[in-house]
Amino acid sequence: MNTAFYIAAAVAILSTLMVITRYNIMHALLYLIVSFMAIAVIFFIYGAPYMAVLELIIYAGAIMVLIIFFVMMLNLGAETAVQEKSWMTPRIWFGPALLSVILLSELWYLFYTEPATPFEVKTIDPKAVGTSLFTTYLITAELAAMLLMAGIVGAYHLGRQKKKIQHRFLEQSEE
Amino acid sequence: MNALIACIPLFPFLGALLLVPGARHYSPGLVKLLGCGSIALSAICTLMVGWSFLQQPALVVNVQLWNWIRSGALQAGFSLHVDALSITFAFIITFVGALIHIYATEYMQGDEDYARFFACMNLFVGAMLLLVLADNLLLLYLGWEGVGLCSYLLIGFWYKDPANGAAARKAFIVTRIGDTAMAVALFMLFYHLQTLNIAGILQLAAAQWSTGHTTVVLIALLLLGGAVGKSAQLPLQTWLPDAMAGPTPVSALIHAATMVTAGVYLIARLHLLFELSPQVMLLVASIGVITLLLAGCSALVQRDIKKVLAYSTISQIGYMFLALGVGAWHAAIFHFFTHAFFKALLFLGAGAVILAMHHEQDMFKMGGLRKQVPGVYRCFVAGAAALAALPYITSGFYSKDAILWLAWQGPQANTLLWIGGLLGAFLTALYTFRMVFLTFWGPQQHHIHHYPGISIRLPLSILTVLAIVAGFIELPHNLGHVTLFSGFLQNVLPATGVHASSSLEWIAQLLSAVCCLAGIGVAYLLYVKASPALERFTQTGLAQYFTRLWQKGWAFDELYDLLIVRPFMALSRLLRKDAPDKLYTLLGGITIKAHHILAGTQKGLLRWYVLSVLIGAVLILTAILLHLKPTTT
Amino acid sequence: MKETSLQAGLILAGILFCLGLLSLLIRRNFIFMLLSVEIMLNAAGLAFVLAGARWGQPDGQVMFLFILAMAAAEVSVGLALILQLYHQLKSTDSDAATRLKDEP
Repeated sequence: MNTAFYIAAAVAILSTLMVITRYNIMHALLYLIVSFMAIAVIFFIYGAPYMAVLELIIYAGAIMVLIIFFVMMLNLGAETAVQEKSWMTPRIWFGPALLSVILLSELWYLFYTEPATPFEVKTIDPKAVGTSLFTTYLITAELAAMLLMAGIVGAYHLGRQKKKIQHRFLEQSEE
Repeated sequence: MNALIACIPLFPFLGALLLVPGARHYSPGLVKLLGCGSIALSAICTLMVGWSFLQQPALVVNVQLWNWIRSGALQAGFSLHVDALSITFAFIITFVGALIHIYATEYMQGDEDYARFFACMNLFVGAMLLLVLADNLLLLYLGWEGVGLCSYLLIGFWYKDPANGAAARKAFIVTRIGDTAMAVALFMLFYHLQTLNIAGILQLAAAQWSTGHTTVVLIALLLLGGAVGKSAQLPLQTWLPDAMAGPTPVSALIHAATMVTAGVYLIARLHLLFELSPQVMLLVASIGVITLLLAGCSALVQRDIKKVLAYSTISQIGYMFLALGVGAWHAAIFHFFTHAFFKALLFLGAGAVILAMHHEQDMFKMGGLRKQVPGVYRCFVAGAAALAALPYITSGFYSKDAILWLAWQGPQANTLLWIGGLLGAFLTALYTFRMVFLTFWGPQQHHIHHYPGISIRLPLSILTVLAIVAGFIELPHNLGHVTLFSGFLQNVLPATGVHASSSLEWIAQLLSAVCCLAGIGVAYLLYVKASPALERFTQTGLAQYFTRLWQKGWAFDELYDLLIVRPFMALSRLLRKDAPDKLYTLLGGITIKAHHILAGTQKGLLRWYVLSVLIGAVLILTAILLHLKPTTT
Repeated sequence: MKETSLQAGLILAGILFCLGLLSLLIRRNFIFMLLSVEIMLNAAGLAFVLAGARWGQPDGQVMFLFILAMAAAEVSVGLALILQLYHQLKSTDSDAATRLKDEP
């Protein structure tokens, strides 16, 4: 089992590295989907099959696809890649890399100071998750529903375009 | 009786109060009624109270209106103290004030601030009455400051011209210097005598201090400082000529008859303190003589008719100071009494002339007016004769002669002072009749615009009569020894005993008469006959130099500018940016610098903000780790 | 099931989080920044699920569910905002959106 975990972890890290260094948005998005799939495998290993599937369906399947469609809508093509290339100079990596390494080392220190307590991995099936969701965490479920509602309404309103009622030659837009 | 006394200052204040709110809405008739009516009522009350005093000159009435300050030893009430001296002053203030108010209804006609004028004038009369009727020095000081304020308001009445505002400020600031000296004197009096009640002070002073004691000399000196400021004597005389920027009724009331005599009143009221300091008395007399000579010289060369009268006022008050300085108390008050009449008359006459000449004030542009306005001419000549002290027939002669006689032969007399006084009499006659001849004689240069109406002619006539007959109530020894006036005042002010022969008195009177007639003669030769010898004399270099110097009032303004104003301005410019200021600007500068530095962190860049969040998180995490370290193995 | 420890998984979550953070700091394009946020969210969710598995309770998974819902809402609103920004600024450069800069 450990081997599977390490392989999936390596894939995840590698593909995330590819995401953050690509110039083309589409490539980055697709690499991110691969990363999510690796994460789903890890979920599966650690006895959370329901989460693995949800990760694939919602995260990789809905959210990433939404972004892909958005990029296609904006028609950001080759010139965006050139722009990204011009922005991504080696010089800009130093500061953020330094800070991230410091953060990472602190996290590493935090995780490894406590001695490791081994545990047995049990599969937690969807039934247990559902029971917990709708009994213990009912209120958070309702709040999540309201959040999604707010998300829908907000996205609709914010995404609205101003309608032009006159001919574009007259170039006036009505609010 | 008490109610009547309370009404004397009440009516003017009431008039001022009623005139202020509706200043824009009242009709001119209503303003005239309120403005003159209040003073007239006050004058009637004064006459009624005065009638009781005439029957009993030794009467003293104290009216406590209400409490003002009751704090430990300081017990100052709003109380009025009426005796012969105050009722004399009150009579002049209200009576002459009423006449001037009636005059002003025609003079200020058509002015858009008609109601404001009468409100300020009423306020002034009220404050002046408080000054003379006050029972304690604190209330007197209130009236003192009140008249200073009203003087400022009225000099700068036509405020739209900045020169008037500058003149008003100059008057206020210069008198303020004197007021400060007076305030210090009040502090010292209270410190030593524990009371500010005038009667109390006069009682305690003789017991507390011997003659010539340093404290009482100092107090008298400071009080003299206050008197000198308000009465425009040396060295604080520079404001009065500039104060002629105000309307002529203002000059007549405030700067001739009443406010400038407040200093005389102060010294007369506190005469015991001055009698305890003979050095200060000598100083008072010397200031009087020097001022009257200086002002007389300046009046000789002025072109503006009102400036001549202004310098003349300074000079005549110098005579009053001279009288006070030699201990001739009754003579000083008598001169005040007659001076009020003829000086007001001269100012009102000058106002009528100015009005007729359509606000032209330069005498060299006037001429031949005695044919045009004969009534005004006759009144003006009567006033001028009184001012010049024309022998035996004018009131001015009797009052001035009394002063000169006592300066020569009185108990604290000084021959030098007497000679100064005689010289001053010559100068007075000279400049007075120069004024008359230039204005009313000679060829006519301008046509008359405005003939004076009844409101101008009536006060002029009344004052003319008074200027002539008011002197007959006090005749000297050799002429019948009528002492109605000094008899009236003898319970308040000590009489001045003179032990000299009658022939000396005749000689003194003869000498004064000679000076007066000589002055008139020289004026006639210069300005009517235009004698060539005198003309050549006035054209010489020396004469021209002195003419220019005297026109500037002996260049006192320039002197003060050099000695006081410029160093003060330089000092304030220096202090504007000194070390403590640098400390405060440093604090401000630091804050601004810090603002700039912190504002630099708001770049508007999204990545920058994320970076700052990350830095914060790393710092907090580091802090927690360092905190946790000792507890873990 | 074999016994395993939590540390390796948490370290993986930490590495992914830091990579996402790095990407967020470096990129100027709005969409890449959104992507980086997604990476970070996912890493946090991973940590939750691992913790839940450690204690053998479904709580961790429930947390991850909520994170998922929140990420979905956030992405939709975020994309709408990016759309508006794109139409206003005519580019996807985040450095162009500096109207809130404090002018000294």
